[in-house]
Amino acid sequence: MAAIEHPARPLDAEEARRVRRERLERVGKWLLPLLIMVLAIWLWDRICVWNGIPKYILPRPGVVVQTLYSDAGLLFSSLLVTLKITFLSLLLAVVGGVGLAVLFAQSKWVEMSFFPFAVVLQVTPIVAIFPLINIYVDNQTAKLLLCAWIVAFFPVLSNTTLGLNSVDRNLRDLFRLNGASRWQELWHLRLPAAMPSSAG
Amino acid sequence: MPDSKAAPEQPGSGGARATLLSLRGVGKVFSNGVTALSGVDMAIREGDFVSLLGPSGCGKSTALRLIAGLSTPTSGAIERPGAAGNDTVGFVFQEPTLLPWASVFDNVWLPLRLRGVPRAKAAPAVMEMLARVHLERFAAAVPRELSGGMKMRVSIARALVTKPRVLLMDEPFAALDEITRFKLNDDLLDLWQDQRFTVVFVTHSVFESVFLSTRIVVMAARPGRVFRELAVEAPFPRNETFRTSPAYVALCRRTSEVLAGAINSTAGAGHGGH
Repeated sequence: MAAIEHPARPLDAEEARRVRRERLERVGKWLLPLLIMVLAIWLWDRICVWNGIPKYILPRPGVVVQTLYSDAGLLFSSLLVTLKITFLSLLLAVVGGVGLAVLFAQSKWVEMSFFPFAVVLQVTPIVAIFPLINIYVDNQTAKLLLCAWIVAFFPVLSNTTLGLNSVDRNLRDLFRLNGASRWQELWHLRLPAAMPSSAG
Repeated sequence: MPDSKAAPEQPGSGGARATLLSLRGVGKVFSNGVTALSGVDMAIREGDFVSLLGPSGCGKSTALRLIAGLSTPTSGAIERPGAAGNDTVGFVFQEPTLLPWASVFDNVWLPLRLRGVPRAKAAPAVMEMLARVHLERFAAAVPRELSGGMKMRVSIARALVTKPRVLLMDEPFAALDEITRFKLNDDLLDLWQDQRFTVVFVTHSVFESVFLSTRIVVMAARPGRVFRELAVEAPFPRNETFRTSPAYVALCRRTSEVLAGAINSTAGAGHGGH
């Protein structure tokens, strides 16, 4: 980096342009999104004012901030509930998704049998299932958990399944040649190989 | 070639050596109807360095997989009078095929680990192998920090860490630049002479096969078959002097002629594999 900023010899025009562009891009990467955000909030505020929208329909950003401050106690406890549901359902989705993906990886037959069910569950809109969940499940937390889980579970399952199955063929041969058990192949090869794709 | 009349034996091997494995009338037909191999007879003796040389599509990689036990022949048989099976085979692929998330040490430890050898107990053998391929200082590095040649060294160390009797190599240096390839050729011969394993080496390079081998099996395509076997009658150790000697050039020319014959024998077939 220092070599670019303080060149020993004068840069030719092309290289100088490149250095300038790189520097601009580094700054722009942070500055531009920030600028757009500020612009959007300003526009939101202006729209409320220009159209005379009452604050019970769409409050101005200033009012939102003010309320966040004045009703902090109430909102904060609600935030905790939401966060709890979010992380709990994420945890369940990871446990369930990875667990099921591991099961799928053990047998092509299991995968072929059950994967379509997971897909159907995923493509069905949550608003279509929610009334049913509302009837069948009494506990409010369980209700929310179930909804969040249905949404979060599938990406974990499909990415992990993809990762577990995308292992280099030669590496699998290597494990076979060394007499690896199914469990060893899963633990030492497939799971580590799947990690980046389920996290990403 | 007066200086190439020396016995093709490697040092220390006296007289007739035991046959380690042999292919008898081996054929392989894939489910898509392609005949990869047909009527292949081949004997690998203890201490051999055999190259399988041929154009693409001649089934040399298939033959290697059959020898490794990764695939079973459609016809014929592979006999292993001198080997117990998979346990005595080391395999080096065309790509280094390392675990990208594991350190160099852990990659070389892997075959022992899969056999239930704990880290501490495996460490001396792993470090010895790393020293043999000149990578002892890189034990903690991960593959992406290494050059192509270094990765291939790790791959070789991994294949040899279990002290296999047979080392199978599938065009291991094909993707490397020439300078790196020469160096790895030299190092491989050093290892081979030192540790006395048997090598079956798949290559499409005449120069490489002549430099390394005691015997070259030239194969032809469509169907994949053995075209001719050549003994490389040049003494070991082979080094830079050998690589520039008239004897080496003459052997290369002879091998090239046989290879050309093998390519021409593929009746009416163009290039291009599958």
